[in-house]
Amino acid sequence: MNIEALLRRDSFIERNARGRARALLDAGSMRELVGPFDRVTSPWLAQQKLVTQADDGVVVAKGTLDGMATVVLAIEGAFQGGSMGEVGGAKIAGALELAARDNRAGKPTQAVILFETGGVRLQEANLGLAAIAEIQAAIVDLRRYRPVIGVSAGTVGCYGGMSIAAGLCSYLVLTREARLGLNGPQVIEQEAGLAEFDSRNRALIWALTGGEQRVATRLADVLVDDDTAQVRAALTDLFRAGPPAMHRSDRYADFLASLAHVDTARQPEAADVRTVYEKGLT
Amino acid sequence: MSIRSNGATWLGELTGGAPALHAWSAVRVANGELAGAPARFIAVVQDPGNQFPRARNGEVGLVEGWQLAQAVHETMHEDRDARTRRPIVAVIDVTSQAYGRREEAFGIHQALAGAAGAYAEARLAGHPVIGLIVGLAMSGAFLAHGYQANRLIALADPGVMVHAMGKASAARITLRSVEALEALAQSVPPMAYDIHSYASLGLLWKVLAPSSAAEPTRDDVALVRATLEEALADIAPNEARDLSSRFGGEHRAASRRVRELLREQWNA
Repeated sequence: MNIEALLRRDSFIERNARGRARALLDAGSMRELVGPFDRVTSPWLAQQKLVTQADDGVVVAKGTLDGMATVVLAIEGAFQGGSMGEVGGAKIAGALELAARDNRAGKPTQAVILFETGGVRLQEANLGLAAIAEIQAAIVDLRRYRPVIGVSAGTVGCYGGMSIAAGLCSYLVLTREARLGLNGPQVIEQEAGLAEFDSRNRALIWALTGGEQRVATRLADVLVDDDTAQVRAALTDLFRAGPPAMHRSDRYADFLASLAHVDTARQPEAADVRTVYEKGLT
Repeated sequence: MSIRSNGATWLGELTGGAPALHAWSAVRVANGELAGAPARFIAVVQDPGNQFPRARNGEVGLVEGWQLAQAVHETMHEDRDARTRRPIVAVIDVTSQAYGRREEAFGIHQALAGAAGAYAEARLAGHPVIGLIVGLAMSGAFLAHGYQANRLIALADPGVMVHAMGKASAARITLRSVEALEALAQSVPPMAYDIHSYASLGLLWKVLAPSSAAEPTRDDVALVRATLEEALADIAPNEARDLSSRFGGEHRAASRRVRELLREQWNA
C-alpha cells in the first residue's frame, strides 16, 4: 500500500465497538437497542466490587446494510477483554432470536457479530457459559434464513466459547491482525506446559491462529485489510450470496477425513495445516 | 478395553449394554429405548490411546467434536422421513475441551461448533434432545456435548460439576487463590461449582439424587430412566424448539430484563 492509500484508509481496528457498528450500517440508519441509557449493567460485577459499564461491553445496533434489515452485535474488546457475561450475552442472543422471529414472519433480517472476545467472563462463569449456548442456538436458528456473518478484526481476537459461536456463523471475515482459536495461548501453556505452547511466541500464535492462516486453511472465508470500506464490501458481497449451500460446521465428513491424515506424533507447523485442509476442504 | 467413567457407566446402564454403533474409541453412540420407542444415546469417554495426546482423559478434542457432529447428523438423517423424530440423549461426563497446540492449529473451535451446531439442528428439526449430566460438564466440552438440549437433567453427587473453567485454572486466570475463589463462589451463584447453585440459575429442568452417580443401583437407573421419559413428555410436540425454558431462574433477572427491553425496542 502506498502512503496516500494508507492515509486515506479508514481503520476498522481503531474504532470502538459502537463506531464499528455505525460504520458498517448504511449512513444514518443505525439505532442502538438496550443502549447505555437503559442502564442494564452486570449485577455480578457490581457484587464483586468490579467496575461495570453501561452497555456491559456489547452494542446492539439495528439498521440497514446495503438496504437490508440488519442487526450488528458488536463486542467491545476494551471492556473486560470482551468477555461474555449475563447481560452482554443476553443482548446478543436476544437480538439474534428477534431477527429469526422476523424472518419467520416474512421480514428478512440478517446479522453481523463483531467478535472481539476472550470468551466467558469468569466472574459470571456459568451465566456467561449459558449465554454463549443461547447465542449458539440463536445463530443456528437464524442462519437457516439469512446469513449470520462473523467478523474478527483485532486486537483482542476471538476465543473461548465465542470461537465456537464464530464457527457456527455462515461466513467469517478476518483481518491479518485477528486471531481465532478456542483456548488462548496462555491457558494452553498453563494447562499443558511451555513445550506444548509458548504463549510468548507471538509469531507462532499468528502463524497458527492468525487471520491469514485461518483463511488459507478454509476455517474462515475472507481476508480483509484493516480498512472499514473493505470490511463493509466483504459483508455486502457475502450477504448478497445468501446462506452457503453447506455450513462449515456441518462438514464433519470432510474434516474427519482430513484429520485422518494428520501426523499426530509431532507438533504441526502452519504449512502442515495448509497441506491437510487445502486438499480436504475444497 | 473397558473404561470406567460415569459417562461410560450410565451409557451402558441406559442402553442395556447395547453395542456401540461406531468403532470410535472416545465417542460412544448406542441405541436404546425410552417410553417404549427407540432412542439414541451418546457419551464421550476416556481414551488413553487417543492419537491426539491432549484428548486422552475424556476431553472433547478435534476428532471427538466432529464425531459427535456425525453421530447427531446420522440420527437426523435416518429419521428424515419418519413420522416421529427419535430422542437423542447426551450422557454428559466431559472433563474439558482438549488444550493443545495441535488442537488450535487444526481448529478445535470449528470441531466443537460442528457438535454444538448438530445438536441445535437436531432440536430445531424436532428431535427431543435431553442432556443428562452424570459427571463433569466443563466449559467448551459442555457447549459441544449437551448444552443445546431441550432439557437438562443433573445428578446431585460430589462427582457432578458444571463450570466454565476448572477451579485451579479459573483461580490462576482471575489472579485469585483457589480458597479465595471458593469463598467468592459462596456469595456469587454463577461462580459456584456445586450443582445446587447451578440449579438456582434455572438452567436445569430437574436435579436427581441417586445413591451414587459412579455406581448406580437398579433404583438409581429406574429413577433416571423415568425422569428421561418425563422430560420427553414435557418436550411437547408443538412447543417452541428453542432454549427459552431456561430463562426463568431466580438468578436470571438480568437476562429476562434484557430480552424484555429488546422486544420493546426492536420495532420502535
